[in-house]
Amino acid sequence: MAVAGLDLTVAAGECFGLLGPNGAGKTTTIEILEGLTPPDTGDVEILGTPWRDGAAGRALRERLGIQLQETQLADKLTVSEVLALFRSFYRQSHTVAEVLALVELDEKRNARVVTLSGGQKQRLAVACALVSKPELLFLDEPTTGLDPQSRRQLWEIIRRFRAAGGTVLLTTHYMEEAERLCDRVAIMDHGKIIAQGTPKELIASLGADHVVDFAPTEGGIPADLVEVLRQMGGVTAVRMGSDGISLTVVELHRALPALLALLKERGVELSLLTTHHATLDDVFVALTGRQLRDT
Amino acid sequence: MYQLALSRMREFYREPEAVFWVFGFPIVLAFALGLAFRNTGPGKLQVGVAGGPGDSALAAVLDTATARLGLRTGRIALLVIPGDSIVYRYDSTRTESGLARLEVDDVLQRARGRKDLVAVSDDRVVAPGSRYIDFLIPGLLGMNLLGSGIWGVGFSVVQARQRKLLKRYMATPMRRSHYLLSFILSRLVFLIVEVVALVGFGWLLFGVAVRGSFAALGGITVLGSFAFAGLGLLVASRAKTIEGVSGLMNLVMLPMWILSGTFFSYSRFPDAMIPYVKALPLTALNDALRAVMIDGAAVTTLGTPLAIVVAWGAVSFVIALKIFRWR
Repeated sequence: MAVAGLDLTVAAGECFGLLGPNGAGKTTTIEILEGLTPPDTGDVEILGTPWRDGAAGRALRERLGIQLQETQLADKLTVSEVLALFRSFYRQSHTVAEVLALVELDEKRNARVVTLSGGQKQRLAVACALVSKPELLFLDEPTTGLDPQSRRQLWEIIRRFRAAGGTVLLTTHYMEEAERLCDRVAIMDHGKIIAQGTPKELIASLGADHVVDFAPTEGGIPADLVEVLRQMGGVTAVRMGSDGISLTVVELHRALPALLALLKERGVELSLLTTHHATLDDVFVALTGRQLRDT
Repeated sequence: MYQLALSRMREFYREPEAVFWVFGFPIVLAFALGLAFRNTGPGKLQVGVAGGPGDSALAAVLDTATARLGLRTGRIALLVIPGDSIVYRYDSTRTESGLARLEVDDVLQRARGRKDLVAVSDDRVVAPGSRYIDFLIPGLLGMNLLGSGIWGVGFSVVQARQRKLLKRYMATPMRRSHYLLSFILSRLVFLIVEVVALVGFGWLLFGVAVRGSFAALGGITVLGSFAFAGLGLLVASRAKTIEGVSGLMNLVMLPMWILSGTFFSYSRFPDAMIPYVKALPLTALNDALRAVMIDGAAVTTLGTPLAIVVAWGAVSFVIALKIFRWR
């Protein structure tokens, strides 16, 4: 069983992110919601309607835009031919020219799919989802494997869709993407939702806003030192990682000098010291004890 | 559905290899076979004569070992061993050996002074319709409809499934039956090109005429094309990989190529097999095509073979729609 006991609600007009490492069950979840995989048990309601076969199901599909993770569109067709094909499935839709403008692929309209770059292919996949003028847009890992610029272009497309009143449900394993795009996120691991809320709320649940990572040059750190760190003012959590120690702290400007003074006193030399604002990555680590990117 | 069929066609004609296999290959095959089996009379027969007493009366003399080898490998059709009574050694199951025996015997008997009892004269005719190429072109047409139906449909379906494109279509309001029907529709358009190319080629180069009506020929090829597109959908309905579907396609097509009278008449098979062979869709289609092209038969007389073709198509399509794997 890939996923179990999920309970989530996406409100109209919001952007909801399903977040988690590969294999967490995000795709299974989104495909159940899209009506492509029937759930073993439980109820799914999309736009207030459950999935049905036949005419009712098709009527519901008219109102959705779906991009799947692994779809490879026909290589030999041109961009506008692919869009004309997808457009023909819907009763009401954007014209090919309109949707090309939405995803900024005008200049590639007569290019064959096989000649497009990864980012352009992905924008075309999103265009196929947008062509039906959907109320609800499903995006499964829309930016995975894309370069930063292509990723930003896709974010911009999603923002414009939302600005026009659309609702978005997306999956991603980039925490940064979720923080930037989503109003609310659900973090998934091993087929379960382990946290849900706005990115701000989730980060706030760490009880601290900064993370300090450091590693000693040689050997480990004496066990009693870890205990001392835990007692230090401003430190809310201490975690031993494979390549160092990670502190979650409230007031960086106090905690950092205190940490350095303590390490100097104990004669510990550092090979690494970094600090950053707490992110959803840190939330994931705090909840699972694993790095998101390791998995 | 129009757009679906249109995409299907575009994907096809932008694939040069596929275009060759569907249109070019049968024509090359017809050309090669037409050349090889063109009617030049019975051809030259090689007759060997074993060395021995009295051989001076005969032309090519072979030593015994070479003669035997020649006979065994088929380089000579007949071995003549001279003597007091002449011995003809040959394989009686070889048509040309039988001919050679008759000819040689005739020549030898006349040389020894036999007189013909009745005066005869030969009146040679070459009747279009009875030549091998006349038999071959309808067969190739049938085989081509089979091949392009099964390859054309099978590969595109499995490729779409492999690329998760089928799943993507499922995420739209597209009707499933429209997707399957679009294959049949696009096949219909290519059918016209295939039939015109092959029949036109046979007519221009070998003078293969269509004795029956073109409307009948068109109708039969449409039915055949539908049937094989249905069969193609069935073959591709479950397969997940191109390799898997290729195997299945060969399993379906190879027996029919051999059994269904494409290159030679199926009447050569044992009588017990014939009813089964006749129940194959390609046999029925070939029979109907030959009846129209060679005999000039009317469609009304072809009820049985056409019913077989339609039944194969309809049953395959319905089963395919039922068991089709959409993801």
